[in-house]
Amino acid sequence: MGRVKAKGIIPGFGISMGITVSMLSLIVLIPLISVFLNMRGMTFAEFWHVITDKQLVSAYKISLGCSALAASINAVFGVLLAWILTRYQFPGRRLLDGFIELPFALPTAVAGIALTTLYSDKGWVGSLFARAGIKISYTPAGITIAMIFIGIPFVVRSVQPVLEKIDPKCEEAAAMLGAGKSRTFFKVILPEIFPAALTGFGLAFARSIGEYGSVVFIAGNIPYKTQIAPVLIVSKLEQFNYAAATSIALIMILFAFILLFGLNLIQARIVARSGGGE
Amino acid sequence: MEKAVKGALIAAGAAFIFIMLILPLATVIVYAFRQGLETFWQAVSEPYTLKALQLTLLTTVIALIVNTVFGIAASWAITRYHFKGRGLLTTLIDIPFSISPVIAGLTFILVFGRIGWAYPFLQAHDIKIVFAVPGIVLATIFVTFPFVSREMIPLMQSRGTDEEEAAALMGASWFTIYRKITFPHIKWSLLYGIILCTARAMGEFGAVSVVSGHLRGKTNTLPLHVEILFNEFHLTQAFAVSGILVVIAVIVLIVRNIVEYKLEKGDER
Repeated sequence: MGRVKAKGIIPGFGISMGITVSMLSLIVLIPLISVFLNMRGMTFAEFWHVITDKQLVSAYKISLGCSALAASINAVFGVLLAWILTRYQFPGRRLLDGFIELPFALPTAVAGIALTTLYSDKGWVGSLFARAGIKISYTPAGITIAMIFIGIPFVVRSVQPVLEKIDPKCEEAAAMLGAGKSRTFFKVILPEIFPAALTGFGLAFARSIGEYGSVVFIAGNIPYKTQIAPVLIVSKLEQFNYAAATSIALIMILFAFILLFGLNLIQARIVARSGGGE
Repeated sequence: MEKAVKGALIAAGAAFIFIMLILPLATVIVYAFRQGLETFWQAVSEPYTLKALQLTLLTTVIALIVNTVFGIAASWAITRYHFKGRGLLTTLIDIPFSISPVIAGLTFILVFGRIGWAYPFLQAHDIKIVFAVPGIVLATIFVTFPFVSREMIPLMQSRGTDEEEAAALMGASWFTIYRKITFPHIKWSLLYGIILCTARAMGEFGAVSVVSGHLRGKTNTLPLHVEILFNEFHLTQAFAVSGILVVIAVIVLIVRNIVEYKLEKGDER
């Protein structure tokens, strides 16, 4: 940890820091480092061979493609929902607002079996599409729907506080200068909420890529068609192929860190623009 | 014109919520009761379900205690002192958020499983972690780790340290400062963090599924039990057991809304 120096006179630095660092190390850092340690026995060529396996590459593509699509749909509807929830008064607004958190509260496995049933050939929604010959459950469309489900609160909750804080004077000024409602939205409001929407997009994206419970049922685990990266890790583990499972995990961790890093950069820029948060 | 736009936007938003969120919830409830109350009750009161419920509650309580202690310590250390590496520490705490639950489970297998570096030690002392209850508890703690601290850190950061410093100058101990000054300001955030942590801990599936080994009546939590029932095509039973989790989820949502209301009121003061 190096030398940690406390400035100030508030007591409790040693104990709170001690608890924080030791618990963090025991529960998160040491297990995580084991993933990297486990790679020692592997040469780079072996690692490369594992991670460029055809089945694996197709799993990345499905994971990334569906997540990106779901996060984009969430970005649009998330901004729309944040907008109507902060700007309009209508009956049922509070109830609608309360429902946004459902994906956080509902266990992912329950969401998974509910979505699978709902969008299967016999489900309420799935049967409507089945008549037109469109299958949703056990196809990439189903995976995307499950990812939309788990990702929507991230965008809404990122954008909502920013929308609440926008000074009405800016909009009034735009209106007085002759801008129409839609022009005001795209030229005044959208630039303000864009960083927040991007943060929400990133969070939803990251969550979708790693998501397992709500996606595994509706995906159906068909190689090259609906097999996503987390499901592939589980099936490699079930075959006791630890090297492959660890390699896939490593790729996913790297991607998550790049995404997290990007998000922090955006956040830093938002803070800098609004003149320091503290 | 403006009214039409407003109406269209509200309709689009409401339709989205209805199809994406309300319909799945309704599916659970309707399917749980579609063969009558009796079948529902049978599925819910079956011994394996009760065992799973027990394990889920045990896991949740332990995760809650551990993460609350951590949350209080971490939020205090990060917001009350300036030290090198504060930003790094905050980022490290957030790691479990950005890592797939499946990978969380995998890490514990790589530490405590048969190929893990701790395995010889565990074997020598006859301790089982992976494919046993401790592994489930550890995996649950991992995925819910940042929940409590994350709710408190922004609030404590924005309040600053003036009041605590004044109290410290007057000779108050750490515990007194926390109880009398810090806690009253953050209690609703703390409660919210605890609620989110509870919801996630009870419903955790991916991480627990990897380390559990799926032994019925032994290492099966409620969500894993739901999975088994669903995969065995016992749809009604699967949804009935899900019903228990839905009730808990709805309670979580209601409490969350109350807490948010209290927080809003606190801001306006």
